[in-house]
Amino acid sequence: MKFSEQWLREWVNPAIDSRELMDQITMAGLEVDGSEPVAGNFEGVIVGQVTRVEPHPDADKLRICQVSNGKETVQVVCGAPNVREGLKVPFAEVGAVLPGDFRIRKAKLRGQPSEGMLCSESELQLSDDHEGLMELPEDAPVGKDLVSYLGLADVTIDVDLTPNRADCLSVRGIAREVGALNSMAVDAPEVAPVDAVHSEVPDVVVRAPEACPRYLGRILRGVNLTVETPLWMQEKLRRSGIRSIDPAVDVTNYVMLELGQPMHAFDRDEIQGGIVVRMAEAGEKLVLLDGQEVALTSETLLIADHEKPVAIAGVMGGEHSGVSGKTRDLLLESAWFDPIRIAGKARHYGLHTDASHRFERGVDYNLAREAMERATALLMSIVGGEPGEIVEVASKEHLPAELTVDLREARVEEVLGLAIDRTTVEEILSRLGLRVEKLLKGGWRIRVPSFRPDIAIEEDLIEEVGRIYGYNNLPVTEPTGSLGLRPQEEAVRPLSAIRDYLVAAGYQEAITYSFVDPKIQTLLDPAREGIALANPISADLSVMRTTLWSGLLKTVVYNQNRQQPRIRLFETGLRFVGGDDGIDQQPMLAGIVTGNQFPENWANGRRNADFFDVKGELEGLFTLLGIEVDFIPSQHPALHPGQTAELVRDGEHVGWLGTLHPQVQKKLDLNGTILMFELFLNSVVSGYVPNFKEISKFPEVRRDLAIIIGSDVAFAEVERVARKHAGECLTALRAFDVYEGENLGEGNRSLALSLFWQHPERTLNEDEVHSLFNGVIEALKEELGATLRS
Amino acid sequence: MENLEQLVQEGLAAVSKADSLQALDQVRVDYLGKKGILTQQLKSLGNLPPEQRPAAGQEINEAKQQVQEAINRRRDGLEKAALEQKLASESIDVTLPGRGQDPGGLHPVTRTLQRIEQFFSRAGYTVEQGPEIEDDYHNFEALNIPGHHPARAMHDTFYFNPGTLLRTHTSPVQVRTMEAGKPPFRMICPGRVYRCDSDMTHTPMFHQVEGLLVEEKVSFADLKSTVEEFLRVFFERDLKVRFRPSYFPFTEPSAEVDIEWGREPDGSIKWLEVMGCGMVHPKVFEHCGIDADQYRGFAFGLGVERLAMLRYGVNDLRMFFENDLRFLRQFR
Repeated sequence: MKFSEQWLREWVNPAIDSRELMDQITMAGLEVDGSEPVAGNFEGVIVGQVTRVEPHPDADKLRICQVSNGKETVQVVCGAPNVREGLKVPFAEVGAVLPGDFRIRKAKLRGQPSEGMLCSESELQLSDDHEGLMELPEDAPVGKDLVSYLGLADVTIDVDLTPNRADCLSVRGIAREVGALNSMAVDAPEVAPVDAVHSEVPDVVVRAPEACPRYLGRILRGVNLTVETPLWMQEKLRRSGIRSIDPAVDVTNYVMLELGQPMHAFDRDEIQGGIVVRMAEAGEKLVLLDGQEVALTSETLLIADHEKPVAIAGVMGGEHSGVSGKTRDLLLESAWFDPIRIAGKARHYGLHTDASHRFERGVDYNLAREAMERATALLMSIVGGEPGEIVEVASKEHLPAELTVDLREARVEEVLGLAIDRTTVEEILSRLGLRVEKLLKGGWRIRVPSFRPDIAIEEDLIEEVGRIYGYNNLPVTEPTGSLGLRPQEEAVRPLSAIRDYLVAAGYQEAITYSFVDPKIQTLLDPAREGIALANPISADLSVMRTTLWSGLLKTVVYNQNRQQPRIRLFETGLRFVGGDDGIDQQPMLAGIVTGNQFPENWANGRRNADFFDVKGELEGLFTLLGIEVDFIPSQHPALHPGQTAELVRDGEHVGWLGTLHPQVQKKLDLNGTILMFELFLNSVVSGYVPNFKEISKFPEVRRDLAIIIGSDVAFAEVERVARKHAGECLTALRAFDVYEGENLGEGNRSLALSLFWQHPERTLNEDEVHSLFNGVIEALKEELGATLRS
Repeated sequence: MENLEQLVQEGLAAVSKADSLQALDQVRVDYLGKKGILTQQLKSLGNLPPEQRPAAGQEINEAKQQVQEAINRRRDGLEKAALEQKLASESIDVTLPGRGQDPGGLHPVTRTLQRIEQFFSRAGYTVEQGPEIEDDYHNFEALNIPGHHPARAMHDTFYFNPGTLLRTHTSPVQVRTMEAGKPPFRMICPGRVYRCDSDMTHTPMFHQVEGLLVEEKVSFADLKSTVEEFLRVFFERDLKVRFRPSYFPFTEPSAEVDIEWGREPDGSIKWLEVMGCGMVHPKVFEHCGIDADQYRGFAFGLGVERLAMLRYGVNDLRMFFENDLRFLRQFR
C-alpha cells in the first residue's frame, strides 16, 4: 500500500518529521518498505504562461515562445509538440537547478537566444512522461513556485501490510493508526448523502447472496468524461502509485485509496437490462479491461447483465462495459464480497488487482454506502451528471455477524507481562475504533467494528493494546517454569558424534535438495519410482529422493567439473519411499568417496581410495557406535556386481557399501572409481552403555598360520570356522596377509592369520594352546578344504 | 724403571691417536691388559729390593691410572662424537607436511544449527524432529491457517496432491509433539522446509528452527528475554534487539524481531529482520488438545541460512546448496 504523506497529514498531523512518522508506523506493525520523494530535487521552477508562439527560422521542430513569469516576459526556445499560446507550464528560469544538478543558463538554440526552459513531467521527475510539456491548470497562479504550488515537499510511503490488516489499505485506516499512536483525533472528510434528482434506478438481482451479501448500484446520468481529472486528484493518485485514466476511473480509485472501498463504474448503455450477480457458468467467456479474454470457471462470482458477464466480481471489469469518453450515463457499483469466495480467484486468472487485493483480505462490510455517496459527490464535482437513488440489495444472514469480545484486565497482564492501567487500555482501544460497549467486572466488553475482521478473540485485543503501547516498552523477564529434564539416552549416539567422526575421517558434509532429477535417480534405484511433486520448480528437481546418492552424485559431478578430483562427502537426511501404507520418511546417512584416499603429498603418495578404505572408515564408525555390522557380498543395481556389500546388523538390513557400477558412472559422466555407502540411521545409532569387565593379569599367547584356500571362500567364512574351534579364550583373530599368485594354483589364495588367546584367571599352558590351534587348522582343512602353507 | 715415564708418554700418545672405540680398546689392552706394557712393569717389582717395592709399585699404579683416565676421557669423547654423528645422520626435514588424512568439515548450515541447538539445550529445550512430507492439517489447519486464508498465498507450497505437501515450516513438528505429549513443553524443531520459490534470494529448500515453550505462567515479556538472550549469545555481541508487531496465524500477539546491523546512510540504526515470534494462538492449543485457559505459550521461528549468512558473511544464499567444495571447506 502506497500513500502520500501529505494526504495522510490532511487526516492526522502529528508534530513529528517524516522519518519519525515512518518509524512509528513500522513499529505499530505496518512495516514501511520504503519511501520516495514525489518529485525530483529542483529549485527555481515556477508556473509560467506561454503568451506567444512563433516558428524558429532555422529549425522545423523548434518554436520561439514568449513566456511570462508574472513580472516580465522572456524568450524561450522550445521543442515540445504541445506548446501553445495561453498554456501554463512549469518554467525553469535562468538560474534554476533541475534534478541531476542541471543548471539553467542563458543559451542560444540554432542562433536564437533562450532564457530558461519549459519542462515536462519527466524532467522534474514527477513521472516517466516525456511526451510533451506538463500542462498546468488554467487557474494556476503565474509566477508561483512550482514546489509550493503542487505541494511537492511530500513523500510516497510504501507499507508492506500483513494480510490481516485489510483495514489499513486506505488512508483512513493508516490515519486511524497514527491517531492512536499519537493520541490524536483524526479529521475525516465529511461525506453527506447526495439527493437523487431522478428516479431511475438500476435493476439489481443477486443470485449468489452468500458470495455477495451486499450490492449497491446507482445511476449517474449525463456525465462528461472528456474533462480532465483535477490536478490535486491526479497528484494524490500518482503519489499512491496509481496512474490517472479518466475521471470516472480516477474517482473510484480515489475513493478506494481514501476509504478502502473498491468500486466500479460501468457504462450504463452497455448494460443490457440490469445487473445480475451470479456464479459463472462453465464455458462463459469475458474480455477483461486489460484486453485478455478469460474462460470462466463455475467457482467464479460474476457481475453480469441480462445477456452476458460484465465483470469478475471483486477482481476486474470487462472491456465492453467499461467507461470511455463517449459514456453518457454511469452505473456505479459499490459492493461487499465474501473474502473466502474471492480468495484465490484473481490468482487463478493470473491477475492481481487493487480490488482483489482488498476484497480477499476483507473490506469493511458497512462501507459500501458511504463510499457510494463519496464517489457520487466527487464525480458530480468533476464530470457533472444527475444522480439517482441508490439501490441496495443486502442479505443480512450472509453478512458477517456483529461481534463483541470480552477483555479481562488480568489477562492483559498475564499475556503481556505488564499491568497496563485501565484508562490507557480504554484510550488505545477507542482510538482504534474498538469501542467499549459495556464495563465488566475486571474488564470490558468491546464492540468489534466492521472494518476489523481480524479481531475475534481476547488475544486479538491484547495484541492491539500491546502493539500501540509498544512491544519495546514491555518488560523483559525470564521464564520461571521448571525445566523437567529428561533422562539422557547414552546408548543412542547423537548424530553430532557421527558427523564429527566422519569429519575427522576426511569427509565434508554436504546438504543437497530433497527433490532430485528423476533421470539420475532411476539409474540408481530403478525398481522404485520417486514420489513426484505436482508443482516442481524444474524437471531436474521434481521427485523426492529415494536415496541420498542422487544428490551426492550430482554434487560429485559439480565438483569434478571444477577441478576437484578428490571428493569425500557425506550427507544426512530423509529419504522418501512411497508404499501402500503411505510414505516412509527414513533418516539416512550416505557418503561418497572418489580420488586419492589421502591428500597427495610426498608421504601419502597418490593412492586411489578403494573399497577397503571406506570399509575401514565404516568399521571405525560402527565401533564408535558400539554396534556389530556384517558386510555380506550382495548385488545392487547401482553398484559394481563384484564390489558390493549389504550391511546387516543382527539380521536386519542397515545399508549398502560398494563401488558405483561402471555403466552408471559412464551415464552420469563421472570420472574415476566412486565408492558409496548409505545407512539407515535409526538402525545404527543405538549401541550399548559400557559395562566394565576385569582386565586379565595373565599373558596373551599368539599363534600365526598361513593357509591356501579357494578364492571363492570368503574370509568371513574362514573366520567363522576358526572362531568356532578356537575356544572361549580366543581374544582376537586377524588376517595379516592375503596373497594371490600363480604359484598357489588357479582359483586359490593364501590367507595368513594370527590368533590370540588369553585366560581371565590363569596362564594358558602350551598344550592347551597347541591343541586349540591344531583344532582350528584341522577344521579349516576339513570344513573349507584349506591346506596349510609350508 | 727409568723408562716408566716414557712408557706413560707413549701410552698417552697412543690414546690420543686412537680414532675409534675399537682402536681405543686395543690401546687399553696393550697398556693395561693382563699382558699390557704397564701391567708387565708390576711383574718386574720382584727384581727390586723389598724396601723400594712399595714406592715403585705406587709409581706404576699411578702411571696406569694416568693412562686409564686418558682412555676414559678419550672414550667419552669418541662416544659423544659417534652419537652426534648418528643423530646428525638421523635428522629430518620437519617442515615437510605430515602423513595421513585431511579432515573434512561440517556444512555451515549444520554448524549454525548446532550453535542454535546448543543454546536451547542448555535452556532445557528438547530437540524434536518430524516428517517433511506433511499433511495439510498439520502444516496449515492445526496452525490456524484454514483453506482460504490469505497467509497460504505467502507460503508457496509444494504439493503432491491436494492433501499432501512438503512442509513450509517446522511448526507442524510442534503440533505433533503437543498432540503426543502433555504440557509443560520446551522444544525446538530444526529442519528442512520447502517453498516453491527460486531466485537470487530464495532457494526451494532451506532450514528453520522453530521453538515452543508452554507453561502455566508465561508472558510476552518471557518471550522477549528468550529471544534477546539467544541473539546476543549467538552473535557474541550485546546487540540491540527490537520487537515489531507482525502477523502469524498461529501466534497472537505476534512480532518480528529486528537486530541492529550497522548504520543506514543517514546515520540511523540499520535494522535487520531475523526472527518471528509470538504468543501461541488459542486455536493452536485447541487443535492440540491443550487447555488454553490453563496454559500459555510462546513460539518463535528463525531461518538458519539467514543467520549463517549474517554470521559468516556469506552473500549468496544459493551457495549453501551448490556444495562447491571450495565454499564448504571455508567452514572447517
